[in-house]
Amino acid sequence: MTTVSIEPAATREALGPTLVRLAREGLPIVVVDADLGVSTTARQFREVYPERFFSVGVAEQNMIGISCGLAAAGKTAFCSTFAVFLPGRCFDQIRVSVAQTGLNVKMIASHGGISVGEDGISAHAIEDLALMSSLVGVNVIVPADVVEAAQAIECAARTPGPFYIRTGRPKVPMIYDDNYRFELGKAHQLRNGSDATIIAVGIMVSRALDAAELLAREGIECRVLNLATVRPLDGAAIVVAARETGAIVTAEEHLVHCGVAAMVAQVVGSKEPVPLGAVGMRDRYAESGRWDELLENYGLTAQVIVGEVKGVLARKRPGGRL
Amino acid sequence: MTIDSIDELTSAARRTRRLIIGMLAGLGSGHPGGSLSGVEILIALYYRVLRHRPQEPDWPDRDRFVLSKGHATPLLYSVLACCGYFPVEELMTFRKLNSRLQGHPKVGTAPGIEMSAGSLGQGLSYSIGQCLAGRLDGKDYRVYCLLGDGECQEGQTWEALMSAPNYQLDNLVAIIDRNGIQNDWFVSETMELEPLDEKLRAFGWHVVSVDGHDLRQLLDAFDEAKIIQDRPTAIVARTVKGKGVSFMENNPEWHGKAPSKEQAEQALAEIGE
Repeated sequence: MTTVSIEPAATREALGPTLVRLAREGLPIVVVDADLGVSTTARQFREVYPERFFSVGVAEQNMIGISCGLAAAGKTAFCSTFAVFLPGRCFDQIRVSVAQTGLNVKMIASHGGISVGEDGISAHAIEDLALMSSLVGVNVIVPADVVEAAQAIECAARTPGPFYIRTGRPKVPMIYDDNYRFELGKAHQLRNGSDATIIAVGIMVSRALDAAELLAREGIECRVLNLATVRPLDGAAIVVAARETGAIVTAEEHLVHCGVAAMVAQVVGSKEPVPLGAVGMRDRYAESGRWDELLENYGLTAQVIVGEVKGVLARKRPGGRL
Repeated sequence: MTIDSIDELTSAARRTRRLIIGMLAGLGSGHPGGSLSGVEILIALYYRVLRHRPQEPDWPDRDRFVLSKGHATPLLYSVLACCGYFPVEELMTFRKLNSRLQGHPKVGTAPGIEMSAGSLGQGLSYSIGQCLAGRLDGKDYRVYCLLGDGECQEGQTWEALMSAPNYQLDNLVAIIDRNGIQNDWFVSETMELEPLDEKLRAFGWHVVSVDGHDLRQLLDAFDEAKIIQDRPTAIVARTVKGKGVSFMENNPEWHGKAPSKEQAEQALAEIGE
């Protein structure tokens, strides 16, 4: 499957409409919001179900706690704000009240990564996947497009237990159509190849596909995996990719030392050592700027992925293994 | 599970104090001070106020008791055991490996534990969520949340205090165990809370101030809360930390330290049968 030319959409746009649809289908959905519901699109739920929508104001810790109380009483509690605040402003509340209880709380964090753009580094979420992945029993998902985002949200609503779903602000290319079926905990292979594997999440998935296309023109065939579920990590798909392609490059809109790069390295290092490369944020904060310029400036592009793939190929031994 | 006479409730309180000391004796860790200060509050709740079924702890129509000051597990577990949620003998497993009685409450362990706690400031928000769900579902259960006064220094507590009146939750009662001592030292010399009643009123709560060791006053306050409409009630229960044991009373040293076996003997002698 390759990128299809349907009108781009932001993954955050999936939230409001999906919640309304699921509530219409009879799911006991309630929404708790911390004054960013217009941006996260959660507020659309209020138009249809005002009595099931609770705004706590600018109070993220209270948002988590109230969500837990609602969940414990049988509701499927969705809460949402920006990915810098959720988990940043309420990590301990998530740890004690959500992760350690296993309550049915679905945390939807929009504005992930640096593609938030002009608001600058206080608004750039490049640590959220590390924080959420450090928790036991929390499903962590980064959808690659709005189709996958809607399906991930539906999966969260229908699957018991805590979820964290990171969506994004800018409109991104469509990757999937309605035939796609998101599977929790499974990496989705978008392209096959035997020379190397690119494992990407979120906004970097379409860029990974672009990189694979560029590399193919040079005779380098890459497998591309959309690692939409970061937790639980699809270790099997990662090991198979290492074994069959002999080199892996990760691509994420997150700090690499504590993100997908680190998680993949842990699996590969212990199960099937191969040369690794990483595209992402390298131990620095970004700055204000247009989102596409930021991604360019901080090396989150197809071109940089291409360079990183060539780098691991140079270190790859004949036969694939180290 | 209801006890009618104040004499019998007083006797139950004494038994609870004995169990608290007994489960902490020689344990090396645990929180006697803030457990002993809240004894009458829980006795009033569990023996007179709460609609609950110890044999059916997940009964959907039960009143909820949320222990936000999660370190008072010796108190909660003692009262739950006496009510029949689990055997009294099990109290002696407290804080030990393979026990259902964790150091701080965790849902899914012993029956009757409504919410996980131990990191302060989180219980009132949870209680609000339970109240909102009850209202959505047309259920008439009530939610009672016990907070410590040191815990009222947490920002989340004030987020929750702000929001409960906003939602007009008259099915919510917050009880503040105002024992005046926090982990390290006296509350007033650490971060003053007063005028607490006025702050709570300004936030929109119906406030009742009581002697937190006077069962009659506590029962009257809980009755009063039931007839207040369109806003939550806060009961500020003035208590003595370590109540009932002379060397623990009003002594910050006994927030988070378990008595030795010898100290426990003395404490039990003071509490009496």
